[in-house]
Amino acid sequence: MEYVKLLGILIVIIGFALKLDSILIIMLSAAVTAFVGGLGITGLLETLGTSFVSNRSMAIFILIMLVTGTLERNGLKEAAASLIGKIKSASAGMVIGAYGIMRSIFAAFNVSFGGVAGFVRPIIMPMAIGAIEAKGNKVHEEHLEEIKGMASGMENIAWFFCQVLFVGGAGALLVQSTLASLGYEVELIDLAKVEIPIAIVAITVAIVYYFIKDRKLSKKYYGNKVDKKNTAYKE
Amino acid sequence: MAFFMDADIPLGTKLLEVIFIVMGLLTIYTGIKNGLDEENPSRLGTAIFWCSLGIVLAFGRWIPAAVNGLLVVIMTIPAIFHKVKAGKQKPPTKEEVEAAFNKIGMKIFIPALSIGFFAILFAVYTDMGALVGIGAGVLVAIILLMVYSKDNKPQVFLNDCERLLSTVGPLSMLPMLLASLGAIFTAAGVGDVIASLVGRIVPEGNVNVGIIVYAIGMMLFTMIMGNAFAAITVMTVGIAGPFVLAYGADPVVIGMVGLTAGYCGTLCTPMAANFNIVPVAMLDMKDRMGVIKNQVIPAIILIVFQIAYMIALK
Repeated sequence: MEYVKLLGILIVIIGFALKLDSILIIMLSAAVTAFVGGLGITGLLETLGTSFVSNRSMAIFILIMLVTGTLERNGLKEAAASLIGKIKSASAGMVIGAYGIMRSIFAAFNVSFGGVAGFVRPIIMPMAIGAIEAKGNKVHEEHLEEIKGMASGMENIAWFFCQVLFVGGAGALLVQSTLASLGYEVELIDLAKVEIPIAIVAITVAIVYYFIKDRKLSKKYYGNKVDKKNTAYKE
Repeated sequence: MAFFMDADIPLGTKLLEVIFIVMGLLTIYTGIKNGLDEENPSRLGTAIFWCSLGIVLAFGRWIPAAVNGLLVVIMTIPAIFHKVKAGKQKPPTKEEVEAAFNKIGMKIFIPALSIGFFAILFAVYTDMGALVGIGAGVLVAIILLMVYSKDNKPQVFLNDCERLLSTVGPLSMLPMLLASLGAIFTAAGVGDVIASLVGRIVPEGNVNVGIIVYAIGMMLFTMIMGNAFAAITVMTVGIAGPFVLAYGADPVVIGMVGLTAGYCGTLCTPMAANFNIVPVAMLDMKDRMGVIKNQVIPAIILIVFQIAYMIALK
């Protein structure tokens, strides 16, 4: 009955799917796996201790927090808002794209401005709405709903795929330690390098997709009015 | 002290240990401050959590493995019972931030970007490694912030660090605990069992099929669990190891891209509530799946691209 060793994995999958306490799931799975795998209590504690100590680098965020909070106190978010505010965008899709580029560059340096709550809602949404109203259109309710979804999507894609470019980020450290347990030693800088093309493709795909989608929605909800206004402005 | 005096140990290793000690002391500070804070609703549990974590971080190298393991178990107990809480905090006021921004302005980006910059600098040009570079970047950032404003005293940095640490709480330990779980899986031979099971479906020796199963598996597992970090340990040990890496594929490409393949799953699942459901509430959206619907198409394009990328570079 080798399969009984998979009990720990089953606990993880079911536990996370049922939204049980994450740390409880992990400790339970660790204890069950150690028991059915014949490690015993001493083996469990020793493996846990050795692994935790050799993975201390994953806690590097604690050191980084020594400046993160004080950067916030000294106006980092306000500076970012002023930076993106300088960009004049013709449409909501362009506002989202501009934010995507800025968010990606800073994510690669592990710098965050507060995500949806801290930045998208107070700064990006008013900019996107402003871009629509500047053309003399009243924002359509369904368009607004999609803009919210696209701005959150941009936020997530930029953060996920560009934060891995930060040398010393949690994701790469976890990959490094997982590979080490299989006997492969890899360098953090190489893990970051391999993600560069993926990050570029991810950001490009998101920006283009949201830009096209926003243009379609604008045509649908505001029709020719957009074009009329534009030509009027040009004349 | 013998460790720091030993000439055979490289400087980078010694400096990294210094960084761990600083991290540990910051964590212990968090524990003691909360333990003494009468406004903290759970003083004892909070203090136990941060102090035992701090001891392992700072002094783990010199403590026997089993004792470290015991300290980790002790640390998790108050966390499991939700007895780790934040106490009295002093977040910056709006006026304070405005005043600081008017004074410092765009120069704030220099310390903000210095950490990532020094991490790359140290990784590429020294043999001390990226993490020591992060330490150097943090030091430079602190000095710059102190130069920018007299209000940035050492105590301010210390308390802001404690404030953030108390806010993120025990969940910040998830990656480290998952990595340890991965080590326990490996020690107990879980990977071998999965390998024999998957071996009946995946033809052995066909690395490309292995890569596809691994990438799609990462995506699906992440969707079920809502967490790519939880999926990567299981999938790498069980599938990438025996079916892809064992045949000589590059572990850098397979391991790392496997993680971002998992992120495509994160984009598609309500299980990743922090990213996909919380924003719906925060932006007053009507459709609970409104964020996910806007992420599905990019996620599909990206998983296809990443599979091709892994096959091309393996």
